[in-house]
Amino acid sequence: MVDNFNEMYDGGKVREPYKRLEDWTNAMPTELRAMKQAEAEALFRRIGITFAVYGEGGDPDRLIPFDMFPRVFTQNEWRKLERGIKQRARALNAFLLDVYGRAEIVRAGKIPGRLVFQNEAFERAVTGFTPPRGIYSHIVGIDIVRTGPDEFFVLEDNCRTPSGVSYMLENREIMMRMFPQLFRENRIEPVDGYSDALRRTLASVAPAKCDREPNIGILTPGHYNSAYYEHSFLADLMGVELVEGQDLFVEGGFCWMRTTEGPKKLDVIYRRIDDAFLDPLCFRPDSMLGIPGLMDVYRSGGVSICSAPGAGVADDKAVYTFVPEMVRFYLGEEPLLNNVPTWQCAKPDDYKYVLENMADLVVKEVHGSGGYGMLVGPKSTTEQIEAFRQKVEAHPENYIAQPTLALSATPTFVQEGIAPRHVDLRPYCLVGEKIELVPGGLTRVALKEGSLVVNSSQGGGVKDTWVLAE
Amino acid sequence: MILTVNHVTTYDYDAPMRGAVQSLRLFPSRFDGQRTIRWDVEVQGGTRGGSFRDGAGDKVEGWSLRGPVSEVTISVVGQVETTDTAGVLRGHRETVSPLAYMRETTATWQSAEIRDLARDAVGETEDALDRAHRLSTAVAEAIAYRPGVTHAHTTAAEALAQGEGVCQDHAHALIACARALGMPARYVSGYLLASEEGAPHEAAHAWAEIWIESIGWIGFDPANRCCPDARFIRLGSGLDAREAAPIKGVAQGEGTERLEVTVALEQVQQ
Repeated sequence: MVDNFNEMYDGGKVREPYKRLEDWTNAMPTELRAMKQAEAEALFRRIGITFAVYGEGGDPDRLIPFDMFPRVFTQNEWRKLERGIKQRARALNAFLLDVYGRAEIVRAGKIPGRLVFQNEAFERAVTGFTPPRGIYSHIVGIDIVRTGPDEFFVLEDNCRTPSGVSYMLENREIMMRMFPQLFRENRIEPVDGYSDALRRTLASVAPAKCDREPNIGILTPGHYNSAYYEHSFLADLMGVELVEGQDLFVEGGFCWMRTTEGPKKLDVIYRRIDDAFLDPLCFRPDSMLGIPGLMDVYRSGGVSICSAPGAGVADDKAVYTFVPEMVRFYLGEEPLLNNVPTWQCAKPDDYKYVLENMADLVVKEVHGSGGYGMLVGPKSTTEQIEAFRQKVEAHPENYIAQPTLALSATPTFVQEGIAPRHVDLRPYCLVGEKIELVPGGLTRVALKEGSLVVNSSQGGGVKDTWVLAE
Repeated sequence: MILTVNHVTTYDYDAPMRGAVQSLRLFPSRFDGQRTIRWDVEVQGGTRGGSFRDGAGDKVEGWSLRGPVSEVTISVVGQVETTDTAGVLRGHRETVSPLAYMRETTATWQSAEIRDLARDAVGETEDALDRAHRLSTAVAEAIAYRPGVTHAHTTAAEALAQGEGVCQDHAHALIACARALGMPARYVSGYLLASEEGAPHEAAHAWAEIWIESIGWIGFDPANRCCPDARFIRLGSGLDAREAAPIKGVAQGEGTERLEVTVALEQVQQ
């Protein structure tokens, strides 16, 4: 892939933000690098940050590979990204507030009602209820790829409970511990304000009935969940409770937490479980994870739930196509971040095009995530394409397709030394009283040569992401 | 017509439970066809939680009971003045788009037989209201009223295959048929005053509403081959019986549950 944008090298020339990193790598002998890599791994293991992958079996405590070579943005690049990300987070929230209210965007004919109201993620149960400050998605994870010096595309939005922010924080922590001189030589914007900002965001959406400093809890499905580490890590950093469904109950229109000193009122729940499992009385009756009656308390204003139930209708892959339209419709602005052109197999013309050009496209399941249920045409065998074609033919409406983008690459430590590997970026935008974005995010890297799939479940790793101060 | 309602639901447990939580959709709808004179809902020994009106216009109220609980009794005493609107849900405030009622559920799954029934019933008819009436008649003819042959989890497809069922089965079948033709439809729970002609039905009743673009939501009761009139009291709606249930609850513990329901509906003589 010769044409791909290399974030460090412009031909033989090193780009500005990476200047000092070249000296750093040149000065690092191979043995030292191996030592440092082992040290990093030991640190990650000691902290306990591991990533279990659903359905893959094997070692559930497998470490997600960490690449020590940082990914760097200039202040200028970041400012542009930041404006685009915040704009998108505002539009997505405006959309959610609208579709659970009067749905003006549907009335205006900007998006088909079918896509919204017949969407599996649309929760009829929360229509007519307005969450505090009208915010549904309090943590918006926007997956971004780069294809050129000034070309960024949004791959997908994550409005429910985007995970991975603990990696952003830990990657930085470990880099600072191992290479303190790097952080003296480069002026790098800090990311450790994230936990305070998250806490502020959650506190700012406490219910109107809460007349004191709100009690906040992170609701986790438990330690078998692949992101459990992150749940407990964030609870620790913020100094809030980490709770499971069985620790909570409802009474008198409020949600209570069982503690050794008796029940304690919980005002804001940062939930890391899906809508379907929140409350067996409202959603899945067989849910063992949820709190019976929680949705009644929520809808009568006794507790806040972040992200709000129903937020998923904004990050559906079929709704994604309409996000630029949302920016124009609600904000009256032109989108600063572009979408990847998308074909929807539900449309006959698009469907025909996708079937004819499958070998050149990336085809995704509308409701899939984590890199499962997708086909990267150019990287697949004829048999794989054929097998996938049959799935698409069986349920065209479940699939969308996008061109294979020439993803940017950044230098990455590999067996043979340093080589370019493809990356994406997930920044975490916080939406509460204010919209905040820490300078950085999670860079995921496809460690396999030529691979475009950065998901940790498919052989991806992570990097520290730098934004240089001016 | 002024109707009085006396509705007592009792859950009995053979072993004490650690606690119970209820979500009640047990309040008369507000629309041109009914005016609530008084309405008291009480869960004996329970704590009243928050209440709210949802996007479909239903009032919902939460209750909880601390353990040990060996019995949960929910009583409703009320009086409602009703008028006949020929089934039309006029003056009802709701924000949910009718399109949200196109979603299939387990109970309203559209089997090939459901689709056939729907297609055959409407034939060449184009008019939506006429279609809805024909569907309701077809469902009434395809499923004979017979209590005890179906249960709470019987699906529309199963009831149709069996050819017998109760009002819940009729409503599910009509909803499935309507959705199969692209018409939004929903399940409605409520009460029905026994008529003197002795048409068979229960006082705790259920029917379906179908969305007609030019009019709005209209009720159809295949079980009684009519549209809801002044004898009906409407409580709440949902995609199917489970969603529209007037009483939803869970009790934590090992005990087995026994349910007893009595509903008395009377017309106040003026």
